[in-house]
Amino acid sequence: MQRRELLRSLLAGGSLAAIGACTSLPSSPKAGRVIVVGGGYGGATAAKYLRLFSDRTLDVVLIEPQASFISSPLSNRVIGGQLQLSELTVSYDGLRHEHGVHVLRDRVTGIAVDRQVISLASGKVLRYDKLVLAPGIEPMLDTIPGLAEGHATGRILQAWSAGAETVALRRQLEAMPDGGVVVITIPEAPYRCPPAPYERASLVAAYCKQFKPRSKVLVLDANQDVIAMGTLFKKAWSELYPGLLEYRNHYVLTGVDATSLTAHFDVADDVRADVLNVMAPVRAGRLAVESGLATINQRWCEVDFLTFESTLGANVHIVGDSIHSAPMMPKSGFMANAHAKVAAAAIAAQLSGQSVNAAPKLANTCYSFVSQSEAIHSAAVYGYVAEAKTFKPIQGAGGVSPARSTLEAQYADAWAHNIWADMLA
Amino acid sequence: MIRGTWLVVGALLCAGFVRIACGEAEPQADATLSATAVRALAASCAGCHGTDGHVVKGSKVPGIAGLSQDYFAMQMSAYRAGKIPSTVMQQIAKGYDERETVALGAYFAAQR
Repeated sequence: MQRRELLRSLLAGGSLAAIGACTSLPSSPKAGRVIVVGGGYGGATAAKYLRLFSDRTLDVVLIEPQASFISSPLSNRVIGGQLQLSELTVSYDGLRHEHGVHVLRDRVTGIAVDRQVISLASGKVLRYDKLVLAPGIEPMLDTIPGLAEGHATGRILQAWSAGAETVALRRQLEAMPDGGVVVITIPEAPYRCPPAPYERASLVAAYCKQFKPRSKVLVLDANQDVIAMGTLFKKAWSELYPGLLEYRNHYVLTGVDATSLTAHFDVADDVRADVLNVMAPVRAGRLAVESGLATINQRWCEVDFLTFESTLGANVHIVGDSIHSAPMMPKSGFMANAHAKVAAAAIAAQLSGQSVNAAPKLANTCYSFVSQSEAIHSAAVYGYVAEAKTFKPIQGAGGVSPARSTLEAQYADAWAHNIWADMLA
Repeated sequence: MIRGTWLVVGALLCAGFVRIACGEAEPQADATLSATAVRALAASCAGCHGTDGHVVKGSKVPGIAGLSQDYFAMQMSAYRAGKIPSTVMQQIAKGYDERETVALGAYFAAQR
């Protein structure tokens, strides 16, 4: 309906006639120009692989407001005190210098899908042949009464995405006296990275066990049960953190009080915390929502899984956590990296007049730390099923760790460094 | 609504319960994989093993660039059959058939 008007209306100010005049980018790339918005796992991978899969013929622009990439995977280890945020931070220089990607530190203010242009906060207006959106997620703070105010004052943190809030949450834990209560609330699925809250709880418990053993970690989950690697997590909790970490299901958060650090639930009694980490419900990143592309439950973006092209906007591809995921496909950094490669291959084919790969495959391995030295994983391989127009897990493949191990912790660390290089180096 | 149901079911099952999931048979592809299809397939290995099989220095996950085609295909076959102990590779290898692993073997053998 008014989708196009909606998108067009977001194109603030800037004269479309100024395209090309206000930028140092090549004005008329031969093979085509692809603009990638968002430099996380999905966007950075898309930028690099668009260059690789087009044999460097496509002009690729990456728009990202942050100076550097910061990984959310492994950031629970910053909260647990084993890593510094700087160890999860990677420059975009590899994309610039090794792959010839134009990286602009800027923010998109409008998209006009019918004219294939975007406007930026700097005033630039850029034309694209293809647009790739990788906006990640946005916490829906307004869905929990009291949360937006509590979050604004820094009293109640969520730390869904790695950054300053990750460090702030770490500081709160450090400042907490021994004997304090850490409360972590988990929203109903789907949300970014299914095992993330359980990994966080494990690593906070590991920190408390070592430095504040009289403390308590309360994991209050809106879901019916632990939604990822439940048996492995529960075994680790009972063996490593007995009496310290307590898990409770069916805890649907209905409100918070930032002054007293109290959490209210739909049926259970109020819970008071010394550190209250509310992992709020999330939806597709702001750009996807504001441009009218997040129409599934008003939260997620629907895509054609063969190309990751939006079902609403021609030549607009969307990858990563913001999409309405295929069945049994988690929202993870690894999946975003995999989405981006399928999208990049499809775009390179489309812009050079070739047919799109009819049978793409995706692989995923999610590692989670359960202590400072041990990790577990969940893995799957997905094949595109043409009749269903979606990806499905390949039967017989995939699974979880037989047991937690130090070997998997080493693999988790190696995985992170290798995938960062796969995206950015 | 069907979509909403998948949303919830998908999230509940996404990790740890894949084995009981209702995956279909692998999609049929042509007898030979095109060069671009193999390149795309190889990119699915890069999330752990690095771009074109090149890992970072000191990586505990092994690099696979430059392995001989036969060795690569043999290892993948052995992982699939559960003959090599592993944490994750047995599970991943089962997602790729013989024809794909032979093609991947040729691809990674050509990477230097």
